[in-house]
Amino acid sequence: MSFITKSPWVLHYDGSSCNGCDIEVLACLTPLYDIERFGIINTGNPKHADVFLITGGINEQNEPVVRNLYAQMPDPKVVVALGICATSGNFFRECYNIKGGVDKVLPVDIYVPGCAVRPEAIIDGVVAALGILEKKRAALKNQPAQSAA
Amino acid sequence: MDTKLLMEQLIGGFGYLLLAPLLGGLLAGFDRIVTARMQSRKGPPLFQPFYDVLKLFEKRGTVVNRFQNLYMLCFLIFIIVTGLIFFTGGNLLLTIFALTVASVFLILGAFSTNSPYSTIGADRELLQVMAYEPMVLIAAMGMYLITRSFNVRDIIAWQMPLVYCLPLIFIGFVFILTIKLRKSPFDLSSSHHGHQEIVKGITTEFSGSSLALFEIAHWYENILLLGIVYLFFAAFHPAIAIGLTLVTYIFEIFIDNAFARLTWRFTVKSSWLVAGVLGGVNLVAAAYLLF
Repeated sequence: MSFITKSPWVLHYDGSSCNGCDIEVLACLTPLYDIERFGIINTGNPKHADVFLITGGINEQNEPVVRNLYAQMPDPKVVVALGICATSGNFFRECYNIKGGVDKVLPVDIYVPGCAVRPEAIIDGVVAALGILEKKRAALKNQPAQSAA
Repeated sequence: MDTKLLMEQLIGGFGYLLLAPLLGGLLAGFDRIVTARMQSRKGPPLFQPFYDVLKLFEKRGTVVNRFQNLYMLCFLIFIIVTGLIFFTGGNLLLTIFALTVASVFLILGAFSTNSPYSTIGADRELLQVMAYEPMVLIAAMGMYLITRSFNVRDIIAWQMPLVYCLPLIFIGFVFILTIKLRKSPFDLSSSHHGHQEIVKGITTEFSGSSLALFEIAHWYENILLLGIVYLFFAAFHPAIAIGLTLVTYIFEIFIDNAFARLTWRFTVKSSWLVAGVLGGVNLVAAAYLLF
């Protein structure tokens, strides 16, 4: 039996979004949506996180930050691109400073489009990500563990 | 040593070893549901803390050096040893000192990682130890003054509820209990929610199974602390005493939800003031009235 799907801890990062999607992410924590019902906790620490929620199309300046956060998350982990900017870059796609979507920088597992993305869609996206997280955990279990530092 | 005493010690010791993590985890789940209801949310399932810990064991941990996980393991072991001293009816002073040693291992673990958030968390944890230690010692002194013994066994067997003789010390102990339970307004060293101020403070650099050990140690510690609260009510009927201990815990949850975090200066000043005034007055009054 796996417990990772019962207690997904979420890390949320604003990769140059307009803040609209971020407000919707935080709306998920409010009494109306209360994602803690599913054991989801919004943690600010990548080392405690299982699910990486990114909003925005990633610009040149926060690309290393996003890479660093992803590298610091212990396996198994999934990345969810929230909102149309994170999915494809939207109309910022051609901007000189925008990478044009999270998948230009990190391996994205789930795309959740929307402008701004709705809390219901975020919850659906995270639930879909949990299926992938469980598969990754099972795959990881069969791999030999890396030797301790 | 007579067999009845030995049996009691064995039951107390093994009971704590096996039941404390279960009760502590359930208490944490209860805490999260009550907290959610106070914020008009539904909250997670009762067994959520167990899911969290079991999940952490499924994760691959990352470490920054070879020692940090060893320190965390020592923290857990010393918390368990502390609880065993207490629940086998041992010496209350020894319990308090062993608890301090356990905290020292946690602080060393956090310092060893050299991460800025961890270091701030460890600094604050040291300040918290400094803040609560006088009141904890005064509580033990007060119990000794009344019962003439530091042994938990004798303190429990005392005929009068200690809360009658030591009301101010009880209030002072509940005050510093907020620090020990890592609750607002004194959750300075490891902020309650990870997305604040110092990320997760003392546990920032711990992940996977070592974070799980921290959670388990925290459950053991909470049960031990509630055990000390129980001492104040021990002369009542056990059901009433356990009920009053739970009421104290629910009061702490209420405080947790009603206050924002305070600064470390206020924490140290206020807890020393409380220890000095409430503890001192109660000690002097009890000594004066008794002799």
